[in-house]
Amino acid sequence: MDLYAENILDHYRHPRNKGEERSPTVTHKEENASCGDDLVVDLVIEDGRVSNVLWRGQGCAISQAAISLLSEELKKKSTDEVMSIDTKAVRDLLGVPIGIRREKCAFLGLHAVKNAIRKAQNQDPQSWRETIQIDK
Amino acid sequence: MPSIHDCRRLFPSLSESLVFLDSAATTQKPQMVIDALIDAYRDGIANPGRGVYPLAERVTSDVHAARVTVAEFIGAKTHEIVFTKGTTEAINLVARTLGETLQAGDRVAVTMMEHHSNLVPWLQLRERRGIEIDWIPVNKDGQTDMNVLLEMLKKGKTKLLAITGLSNVLGIAPDLSEIIRRAHECGALVLVDAAQMVAHLPIDVRALDADFLAFSGHKIYGPMGVGVLYGKELLLEKMPTFLGGGDMVQSVTTKGYTSAELPRKFEAGTISAVDVIGLGVAISWLDSIGMDAVMKHDRELMSHAMKRLKEIDGLQILGSQKPDERTGVISFTVNNVHPHDLTHLLGERGICLRAGHHCAEPLHNFLKINASARMSFGVYNTKEDIDTCAAAIAEATKFLQK
Repeated sequence: MDLYAENILDHYRHPRNKGEERSPTVTHKEENASCGDDLVVDLVIEDGRVSNVLWRGQGCAISQAAISLLSEELKKKSTDEVMSIDTKAVRDLLGVPIGIRREKCAFLGLHAVKNAIRKAQNQDPQSWRETIQIDK
Repeated sequence: MPSIHDCRRLFPSLSESLVFLDSAATTQKPQMVIDALIDAYRDGIANPGRGVYPLAERVTSDVHAARVTVAEFIGAKTHEIVFTKGTTEAINLVARTLGETLQAGDRVAVTMMEHHSNLVPWLQLRERRGIEIDWIPVNKDGQTDMNVLLEMLKKGKTKLLAITGLSNVLGIAPDLSEIIRRAHECGALVLVDAAQMVAHLPIDVRALDADFLAFSGHKIYGPMGVGVLYGKELLLEKMPTFLGGGDMVQSVTTKGYTSAELPRKFEAGTISAVDVIGLGVAISWLDSIGMDAVMKHDRELMSHAMKRLKEIDGLQILGSQKPDERTGVISFTVNNVHPHDLTHLLGERGICLRAGHHCAEPLHNFLKINASARMSFGVYNTKEDIDTCAAAIAEATKFLQK
């Protein structure tokens, strides 16, 4: 049960920054069609920096833990810094082996956060391929 | 006569430690099918229906023999059997031939529990031809709502009803005989998606009076990449051609082409002859066990599995709660446990179950759930497989709910 390490289960059972922001700068939703999961991210961006992040949605332990862990990393980061977070950084945050079948779960949060920032900057959303290829 | 109870040993992939309960997705292959594929290549391959040298003749006659086997298995005439890549291609074939003869305002009816492969071809046809789609609801047990179906049929606009023979999520078999009779009374043709049905229930297309029936080889212990479209001779004769290319033509000139006779009319290009031969071997073998034995085995596994699953806290079975109303599959949810987490943990113990929406997203939306886990049976499964799986589900559930 390597994947379901204590850290993952802790974030799954006690998710950090889960909720709804009253006045977000931007709200963005991503879906994982193959498993029916969805994830909504609210960001407050002040002076080009993320000052608050809240998220909600449903998904498996891996996807919930991934966005919970990632949300803790975002605060005070500039939007450029957030956009430079790659899948390796998320893998490091999770600290468990992510196989090809669980990439969708692990990186859905990163994908939602990046596309929230792009939306705030009036840019079109990036593709899933772009999100997961950045570290290649 | 081979017995279903000792057939597991014929499947080399099923080691002691593998509990394979995902046969609705694809089945494991018996040694004789694997041998047939290897033999066909090793003994020399030629393009069927082309050369006249002995090797070509052998491959041609092996393909023909497989076609006869398939036809006899479902009660069709040999030339009513068209080989395709699978169920999906078979349904698309109908949508892109017969479908092209429909006009704006014509209607195609589907049930809410169809697989995407029996939905998207009709949604695409709506884009191309401006037809309307009618969605027939199912009740909480998974039974087709006959009142709504009849109401829609009676409007007289329905040209085709596309319906599953056995739901890949709910394990419910609609009353096809009655549904087809009613559809015909109202002038609608009926296409049966038999992808799940074919390995679990006997099929007689004549007795059913089905107009079209589609299935895949790989769900009936045969190879991937080959499937079957059955169509009534008169309909296939009248339909426009599908893919153009070699072997589907009588003649080609600078002025045009004339299409070949059935079934070649719908088999453009070199078919996957070796896989067709493998499918024939798989079907002959299943037929020798007998569909009565298959159904009896299914019923025993279903009763046992429902009993074991119902003992697990927080587990809800989708569809009918009565084992005798179900065949082949059990989909379920567990409170506060995501199906992907559950099936991942089971997978680590060599227990294979599917999680997700099983390519039936409209049904999952209709049932107001995001995803489910699914246990499905093959002839090789045993009560011990189910016991191992049920114990692992209980344990994984406790771990994830902690």
